[in-house]
Amino acid sequence: MSNGWFAGLDPDDDAAAVEQIEAGRADTPEDWPQQAVEAGFADDEAAYYDRLHEVTMAATSAAVAEQEGADDQQLVHAVRAMADCERTANELAERVAEWGGGRHGDSGSGVEYARSLVERDDEDEGDRALRALAEQTADLADEADSLRAYIERTAPAVAPNLSMLAGPVLAARLVSLAGGLETLAKKPSGTVQVLGAEDALFAHLKGNAPSPKHGVIFTHEYVRGTRREDRGSAARALAGKLSIAARVDHYSGDRRPELQAELDERIERIQARAEAGTEEQE
Amino acid sequence: MTLPTGVERHDFDGETSLATRGQPVYGERTDGDWRRWDPHRSKLGAMLEHGMDTGLDGGETVLYLGAAAGTTVSHVADFGGPTYAVEFAPRPVRELLDAAESRPNLFPLLKDARKPENYAHVVEPVDVVVQDVATRGQARVATLNKRFLTDDGRLLAAIKARSEDVTADPDAVFDSVREELSAAYELLETARLDPYHEDHLGIVARPRED
Repeated sequence: MSNGWFAGLDPDDDAAAVEQIEAGRADTPEDWPQQAVEAGFADDEAAYYDRLHEVTMAATSAAVAEQEGADDQQLVHAVRAMADCERTANELAERVAEWGGGRHGDSGSGVEYARSLVERDDEDEGDRALRALAEQTADLADEADSLRAYIERTAPAVAPNLSMLAGPVLAARLVSLAGGLETLAKKPSGTVQVLGAEDALFAHLKGNAPSPKHGVIFTHEYVRGTRREDRGSAARALAGKLSIAARVDHYSGDRRPELQAELDERIERIQARAEAGTEEQE
Repeated sequence: MTLPTGVERHDFDGETSLATRGQPVYGERTDGDWRRWDPHRSKLGAMLEHGMDTGLDGGETVLYLGAAAGTTVSHVADFGGPTYAVEFAPRPVRELLDAAESRPNLFPLLKDARKPENYAHVVEPVDVVVQDVATRGQARVATLNKRFLTDDGRLLAAIKARSEDVTADPDAVFDSVREELSAAYELLETARLDPYHEDHLGIVARPRED
């Protein structure tokens, strides 16, 4: 029994052939053209290659469409929806905690408290109303989690290098704040550094505040994990690599693992200043 | 050095360059059917330009790892036989599909070169494996894909130093790649691909008997 992609296929069944190209496997290559002819799948090798060209084109085109189906705008919607769900769940959780505190004398808080209420038996209509609200709160928090999982699956297909450096969720936030991968790719790295800190930036531009050192990239461990004096440097280094990654993702789509190594090395040097006990600026 | 049949030095408005015959793919200069094969855009082109003895005669069955948008593999399909093009990233594969459209002997596959079992059911044993993957572990990729080469087949690999370790000296990286590769392959010739590609090493190798 052959392990070739054509094994057991009806020669005219396009969908099955595409499925076999995508999902089939074999440990070692064999003389597939000859085997296909012997099995009667193709009349001769020339006919086999013609068919192979058709099905690899179709299978690869379908696989690309599937992986790219998650385009940057889908990512933007997903990350904004995730933020909405999280914010709303937290607001409702506060309401639930306040109400539950009054009713049952509980001192719980947050989504976890709302989840604990869902399990309780109702004694009266007031309990039922509170429990229904707690359920909605827990469901919204669950929805935020499943949106996060969706982002973690799709961001690496949309922006592989940016997701590698920033993590999928931060990558999606940056794309969302810029309005799309293309607009992010066109922004200078100084702008990427303060994306998400627009209020602080405009306060600074009006002349009554210091310039913000970082926006949403503060959530990256390389910024947060760097001591305060060096955070500006770390944020600048990170933003520089992130904007290169966004450009590679938008314009070429190649994977550049060396970007990670370059970033690691820059941050290591910046963080080493703390050990050296120096305050020097770059 | 003899060029493979189907590749020649062709004159483009007074400038002589490697060329193959086929549909243009990446905005390269053309003259009739001939299309310029730019060694700055192609590591295999740079290997030929350097006079490395690739063993290519033309008409070979080829497995190309790291086909990207199809710049080099389109030239390979112009002078080669059945040509299997493996690329992992979806975005460049759109352009690879365009290049394959007019080349019935070019078979595009969206697969990971580190997982040959996911395409060994499609790819037959080949005379030549061309490798240009910018990922860490390039020697490992070559070793994993040795199973596709016939006994007297050739590995033509371009190793990018910065993909292995951006901080290390390229010579040190190349030494360790050569050493790791030597377990599975007999290295016939290696050469730096400057000035076309900085910090790249071109390798011609033959599989060792198991």
